[in-house]
Amino acid sequence: MKASAFDYARATSVAHALELLTAHGERAKVLAGGQSLLPAMNLRLMAPEFIVDIGELAELRGVTVKGDVLTIGALTRHADLLKSPEIAAHAPLLRDAVAHVAHPAIRNRGTIGGSLAQADPASELPACMLALDATIIARGPRGERRIAADEFFAGIYETALAPQELLIAVELPVQPKDSTHYFHEFARRHGDYAIVGLAAQALVRDGRFADLRLGFFAVGDRPLLARSAGELIDVAVTPAVLAEASSALDEELSPLEDQQATPAMRRHLAKVLLMRCVSSLLSRPDLCTGVSA
Amino acid sequence: MTAAVAISLSVNGELVEASVLPRLNLADFLREHLKLTGTHVGCEHGVCGACTVRVNGDIIRSCLMLAVQMHNAKVETIEGVSDSGEIADLQSAFRERNALQCGFCTPGMLMAAQDLLQQSPTPDREQIREHLSGNYCRCTGYQAIVDAIETTARARAGRSP
Repeated sequence: MKASAFDYARATSVAHALELLTAHGERAKVLAGGQSLLPAMNLRLMAPEFIVDIGELAELRGVTVKGDVLTIGALTRHADLLKSPEIAAHAPLLRDAVAHVAHPAIRNRGTIGGSLAQADPASELPACMLALDATIIARGPRGERRIAADEFFAGIYETALAPQELLIAVELPVQPKDSTHYFHEFARRHGDYAIVGLAAQALVRDGRFADLRLGFFAVGDRPLLARSAGELIDVAVTPAVLAEASSALDEELSPLEDQQATPAMRRHLAKVLLMRCVSSLLSRPDLCTGVSA
Repeated sequence: MTAAVAISLSVNGELVEASVLPRLNLADFLREHLKLTGTHVGCEHGVCGACTVRVNGDIIRSCLMLAVQMHNAKVETIEGVSDSGEIADLQSAFRERNALQCGFCTPGMLMAAQDLLQQSPTPDREQIREHLSGNYCRCTGYQAIVDAIETTARARAGRSP
């Protein structure tokens, strides 16, 4: 199908974009790369009356490292993330995740800010933000606001952003050198929307987790930072401990039904991912038993 | 209700000036306004790859771009890369290997294949499949397409010094 009719303005600066959003915010959508918004509009899942195109705002594109903070501009494209030496060095989880985002032609246009603001619960990058403990920087008429990733995602296509606010950048703590990560998703075809996925960042010391952040996606109406990961920190992980954590994870999930999978299938696959992730991060193949997928 | 917007862009090396409604996507602009019907429209939500074109050197989905976003951009379509001879060898390999039947996906396949060969001159079959993973073909079963691209890559590598 085709998108329904809308008014359009091309922002010439961040200040201009904010003026446009102040005037039209309630009925407007921000167009960045358009790789989530335009399909939704073509399918008539969304029909904004006004589009604010921020695609030309070059100052919002790029990756910088300052001290212990990695800053990624909202208009940084997926293809940029894949090629960035800063991302490879300081947040390799993100590089691994982006390789699973759609296909080359989509990655050439899609942006990190667009993906986060669109907040599709099956998207990879929102879950990565949870695993990487990101801070989302938004600017609005009353200045800048910093939002913890854990408080940013509010539901399907819903975020903590006010209609007058623009997502400017995300900040990630530079990961310690001995930090490790795990990323995997189940999809019917590489690049398709995930049936269930997991982005994890961990610190492993002496065979135990000193820290473990598990960001699940496509397991509910928003990405999930699993509290059950706490049961695996600072303990000797045995099959029994892992089974406990797996039951605790089950309590946290509220998977949706769609044409790809039933809630029961998603629960099963999330637990399979937990097991594979823990087994892989701790280099303990013995933990990966019992469940097949 | 919505006002037309003036745009100026380069399409296959020619300057194009137009006035377009914001809702018009690039694929429809190319096909309906410029009569460049080599760019095909399949799914209209970024899944099938039939509408793949190059914008400022990168392949993109023209169904997921608005014509108004193309202001000052450099657009290259299958007509452009065919006429210039840029992909003559790739087209010939597709023909020889029967890498197309109905031909609907072929313009998008060729654009994606050429993009891969520009980035990595000697891809293995897995890399070829990975790069084409966003392009659907319902006729060939892909095997012949991968063969044709592999053959072209080898021939080009052999030719370079």
